[in-house]
Amino acid sequence: MAEIRLKVEALEGWYGESHVLHGATFNVRRGEVVTLLGRNGAGKTSTMRALAGVMRKRRGSATLDGRDLLATPPHRVAHAGLGHVPEERGIFSTLTVRENLLLPPVVRPGGWSVEAIHGLFPNLKGRDSTIGTRLSGGEQQMLAMARILRTGCDFILLDEPTEGLAPVIVEQIGKALVQLKEKGFTVLLVEQNLGFAQSAADRHYVMEQGRIVDEFTNESLPANMGKLNRYLGI
Amino acid sequence: MTEIFGVPLAVLSGQVMIGLINGSFYALLSLGLAIIFGLLNVINFAHGAFYMLGAFVSWGLLTYGGLGYWASLALTPLIVGALGALFERSMLRRLYGLDHLYSLLLTFGLALALEGLMRWIYGAGGKSYPVPASLQGVYNLGFMVLPIYRAWVIAASLVVCVAAWAVIEKTPLGARLRAATENPRLVTAFGINVPLMLTLTYAAGVALAGLAGVMAAPIYQVSPNMGSSLIIIVFAVVVIGGMGSIMGSIVTGLALGVLEGLTKVFFPTASALTVFIVMILVLLLRPAGLFGKGK
Amino acid sequence: MTYRYQDYRPPLIGTGPRYLLLALVVGLAIAAPLAVYPLFLIKVLCFMLFAAALNLVLGFAGLLSLGHAAFFGAAGYAFAQSAKIWGWPFELAVLFGVAVGAGLGLIFGLVAIRRQGIYFTMITLALAQMVYFLAVQAPFTGGEDGIQNVPRGMLLGLVDLRDTGVLYYVVLVIVSLGLLFIRRVVHSPFGHILGAIRENETRVTSLGLNVARYKLLAFVLSAALSGLAGALKAQAFQLASLGDVSWHISGEVVLMVLIGGIGTLWGPLIGAVFVVMIGHFLAGSGLPVSLVVGVVFMACVMLFRRGFYGEMLLFLRSALRRVAPPSQV
Repeated sequence: MAEIRLKVEALEGWYGESHVLHGATFNVRRGEVVTLLGRNGAGKTSTMRALAGVMRKRRGSATLDGRDLLATPPHRVAHAGLGHVPEERGIFSTLTVRENLLLPPVVRPGGWSVEAIHGLFPNLKGRDSTIGTRLSGGEQQMLAMARILRTGCDFILLDEPTEGLAPVIVEQIGKALVQLKEKGFTVLLVEQNLGFAQSAADRHYVMEQGRIVDEFTNESLPANMGKLNRYLGI
Repeated sequence: MTEIFGVPLAVLSGQVMIGLINGSFYALLSLGLAIIFGLLNVINFAHGAFYMLGAFVSWGLLTYGGLGYWASLALTPLIVGALGALFERSMLRRLYGLDHLYSLLLTFGLALALEGLMRWIYGAGGKSYPVPASLQGVYNLGFMVLPIYRAWVIAASLVVCVAAWAVIEKTPLGARLRAATENPRLVTAFGINVPLMLTLTYAAGVALAGLAGVMAAPIYQVSPNMGSSLIIIVFAVVVIGGMGSIMGSIVTGLALGVLEGLTKVFFPTASALTVFIVMILVLLLRPAGLFGKGK
Repeated sequence: MTYRYQDYRPPLIGTGPRYLLLALVVGLAIAAPLAVYPLFLIKVLCFMLFAAALNLVLGFAGLLSLGHAAFFGAAGYAFAQSAKIWGWPFELAVLFGVAVGAGLGLIFGLVAIRRQGIYFTMITLALAQMVYFLAVQAPFTGGEDGIQNVPRGMLLGLVDLRDTGVLYYVVLVIVSLGLLFIRRVVHSPFGHILGAIRENETRVTSLGLNVARYKLLAFVLSAALSGLAGALKAQAFQLASLGDVSWHISGEVVLMVLIGGIGTLWGPLIGAVFVVMIGHFLAGSGLPVSLVVGVVFMACVMLFRRGFYGEMLLFLRSALRRVAPPSQV
């Protein structure tokens, strides 16, 4: 079994006075795609933000390849190998597609070239001078993912990539995710779309009220559908 | 002698030229203000004071260092920029998380203090700064006489403004600036040192003001209050143009300068009020400003 | 917002001690001319009123105006013009000053309130500068010299104002009434809505209230009271000059509010005393006022944002909490 890259123990987090993470404990191994499932408000995005350094008030422990993430200042998180693709995608409206793509500096060896990125996301080819936010939702999602590939990161925090997207695009993103996995990327994925989660991931954690309450392998998921649906309130 | 609207062409074109010069300074200063405001969300009340400092540094380099205009043109913006960076680092940045009121008041206090300081050291009177030898003299255009130095100021300001615009809109550095203006947190997450960007942006903004000060020195007298009267007009320019676009600030500044110049020909007593009257009209008819985006 | 008006909490000290303190202050005010020159005291009173008036919009409505000198100075010119040139009696001349202040306030407000935040501030500054330019050029203002030798007349034909000591008590009463009026406004439903606008303007709008109208009214009241202060100062010093319409004065009065405590009732009064005294001590020293005011400004913004009164309240609250059981504080 591959070694553990991300080790999170009793992670607590606050937005100001609001205590949103109550001690989450989980891990992610090299080359895995692991999802965080749960209802709205369970703390999945908050966990991503806590790991990426966007949420500042945290307690507990989170290490990536042995490096203490909680002690890493936000602008050094990329250097640790972590690429955060946020839920809101964050495409800059004052920048063109090319400018959006080339914005993140290459902070580690292994940053992808523009050609390689176009290979993974052909939709972005030839759109260089379009204003970033003029792209469709799906294309913006691809651009957001493409952007962090440039930095040389190899651990991706992918937050709700399929939200609001048509099935055709969801399929494309799923394919890209599989390709990234084949290339050795490790991914922590937040997803509401169970089908997508199943198609891409190796393991699933269930979050509830800021804590991890259950864990399933992808194989055991069909057998546990009833349990899972109860967690998700479906 | 040709006349337009009963005014001799020489007089009209003379005033237009003065208007272009004033407009150039309005453009340079509102450009600096817009750059600082865009990224830092701070209205730099001390902008006029840095302009004044630029003129004084220039004068000082000449009087104490024997360094002429051309050296000044290169050195003064660097010195003024460094002072600005120092101010941003030590004081301004501590106020970023607070209500905008405080950073405005801080820069306001700085403006008062700098003006008072210079007045204390050098008195209220103005000092003269000679036009550099290579730019002395006039072009005779037939219908008017154009002092070479004045033409240089207009041309140089235009070049600087356009260059600044180009850097911001067309270069990767400018892309980072625009991105950081839109979403600083995300830009930080990409490993870009945003606090450093903030310092350098403030420094660049006031360096532009300092540069304007160098160019202004041979035209106006170098005096401690040269900044405050100018900056209030520039604020009105900024309100008129809105701070939504760099090009908008530049165009508005130039246009208002020319308008002011023309008003001086036809309505001399009211000319000082031109910019303010335009501001009132714009506020009544198009509150967001001519190039503004909302609020 | 960090400079908020203190949320309602039970008063620090009971009603008894409060009235005692108030009586002490009133007593001091009445006895003051025995120790200090009445003219200086009048200056302090005028700026107290001016600062309190600015605080009405700055501290309670959350609008930073850097142009209040326009109301202060213009009212001074109005008083001087009517008292000296037109020969109006004191009361009418003062009312004229107030009216001019209010009128200017209405014009400024109608134009400036269309924008928010920083733009609002810049507009007030620009409009005030316009007034300054007009004051420089208009024939009746006397330009650099101002309107001098403004006569001291009689109040209601009965009280001789030529005695500065007498004028002091008259000004004391008028300023006190002005301050009481401000207090009344702040504690009224209108005042509460202003506070709500400062905290969260959109929410107030969503409640169906016309925010602009409230802001405008607050601004006009503030301008009128500033005008009152300006008119009184012009009478006391028998002079209306350009200095009173300059942006330096606008800045100084903002400093008074800041250093005293934005959004408190006593703060601006303390701040006014402090800043007027600084100016007084500096006058002889050759040190430029701008430099000191600017440095004090910066120090205050960086280190002393709550101002004297605010810091004192904070200190007393925590000190008293350690002494008295929680239910009393």
